[in-house]
Amino acid sequence: MAIATPGTQYTPSTNGNYAIEAHSLRIYYGDFLAVKDVDLNIPRQKITALIGPSGCGKSTMLRAFNRMNELVPTARTEGEILYNAVNIYDADIDPVEVRRHIGMVFQKPNPFPKSIYENVAWGARINGYKGNMDEMVCEALQQAALWDEVKDKLNQSGLSLSGGQQQRLCIARTIAVKPDIILMDEPASALDPIATLRIEELMKELTQKYTIIVVTHNMQQAARVSDYTAFFSLDEADRAGILIEHGATKKLFTNPEKTITEDYITGRFG
Amino acid sequence: MTTPRKTLERELQSLQDQILILGSMVEEAMMTSIELLKRRDLAGAKRLIEQDVEINARRYSIEGHALALIALHQPVARDLRTLAAILEIATELERIGDYAKGIAKINLLIGKQPLLKPLVDIPLMAEKALAMLGGALSAFIARDVEAARTIPLFDDEVDELYNQVYQELVTYIIADPTCLEQASHLLWAAHNLERAADRVSNICERILFTVTGEFTEFDSTVSVRTFAPIA
Repeated sequence: MAIATPGTQYTPSTNGNYAIEAHSLRIYYGDFLAVKDVDLNIPRQKITALIGPSGCGKSTMLRAFNRMNELVPTARTEGEILYNAVNIYDADIDPVEVRRHIGMVFQKPNPFPKSIYENVAWGARINGYKGNMDEMVCEALQQAALWDEVKDKLNQSGLSLSGGQQQRLCIARTIAVKPDIILMDEPASALDPIATLRIEELMKELTQKYTIIVVTHNMQQAARVSDYTAFFSLDEADRAGILIEHGATKKLFTNPEKTITEDYITGRFG
Repeated sequence: MTTPRKTLERELQSLQDQILILGSMVEEAMMTSIELLKRRDLAGAKRLIEQDVEINARRYSIEGHALALIALHQPVARDLRTLAAILEIATELERIGDYAKGIAKINLLIGKQPLLKPLVDIPLMAEKALAMLGGALSAFIARDVEAARTIPLFDDEVDELYNQVYQELVTYIIADPTCLEQASHLLWAAHNLERAADRVSNICERILFTVTGEFTEFDSTVSVRTFAPIA
């Protein structure tokens, strides 16, 4: 079974409201239950922020959306994550294919030690992209709001760029393989305030085509950038990460349902 | 529970104290303006008008402090609602202070004329409006939702007294048209008190917003309406 035809932009075929849905998700590292019984539907072409104190499982949750946790040998996942009505954890699903549709941008910009052009072209090339590579690279760099800054130096190393530019290059690289969902793990925490705001504005623009799920420790950033926020915390009994509250960011940051959410976002604990 | 936001909490507490001080200044001004009107104390009325700048200054000080906290601490949820309410409440209090000043001006306008009759209902209106104000300030500090819902109900009593004053003054005017000017002035004083009580109801709406996050409107003509625009 395939989750979509390789080489094409994903087209939603079932529930149009949600890009991806987690049902009764439990994630273990060995015997330790890191994420417990999470049900979380991610609205399509919106930005959903995952927030919560350290160790609450939000990054583990993020990585579950494209099976990145499997790179940790002791990690084990129960429950299901539905993407295009298919459980991405089904035995016959190729995790590499999942990651092509659900890309990830990491905390620290990690361009390859190659040219700017090759950084963007690389993913498409190994996916057997047959179209016009120059056009594809240009389009990805434009979408990542980097084109104007690099169009005259595409052959320079990606490592020659500033931190903020490197992160946008990584976003261009992710976009180049035409994913449906982009996962972002603290994408601006290593950047200065101006570069951070550029990434945040870019994220907003990207929702014209993509669904974004972002983990951030910066609550002001979550409030500024996201449409929906999911607040995770620790179950005091077993220290497992649990989803406390999920809803519109405007509501969650002005009048949350749960006292524990209020205490966290107002800085009373965490 | 640990509370890492001690600075913000201390500042919020300080702002709430400032609101109480402003509330006391306004209560004092309103009470005094009625006493001066009863006693026909024109010199006192002049002083009261001059002292209104202190109320205004206190209001702007609160506003500046609240805006600085928003800019510097990026408060959210109940902290933000508290600050939003403080901004509104400070404005409402300052306007009640303006009503007191207005009554002092009326005192001057009436000048040395004797009053048409001893004032009874107007001081009673002031008493009720001030009782509402005192209750509302206590409810704000205690985040007392029940009190905030109850206090605006007393606005009807103030409105009723206003209607009585109106009817009575109209009767005086019909009986003796030469008293038109003073009756109009006294009616305006009563109107100021009626509006002051309305402002207290607005303060109660803000208290409910601070606690519940819902916008509630107290309006005796359309009963109570609740809005929940944040979805």
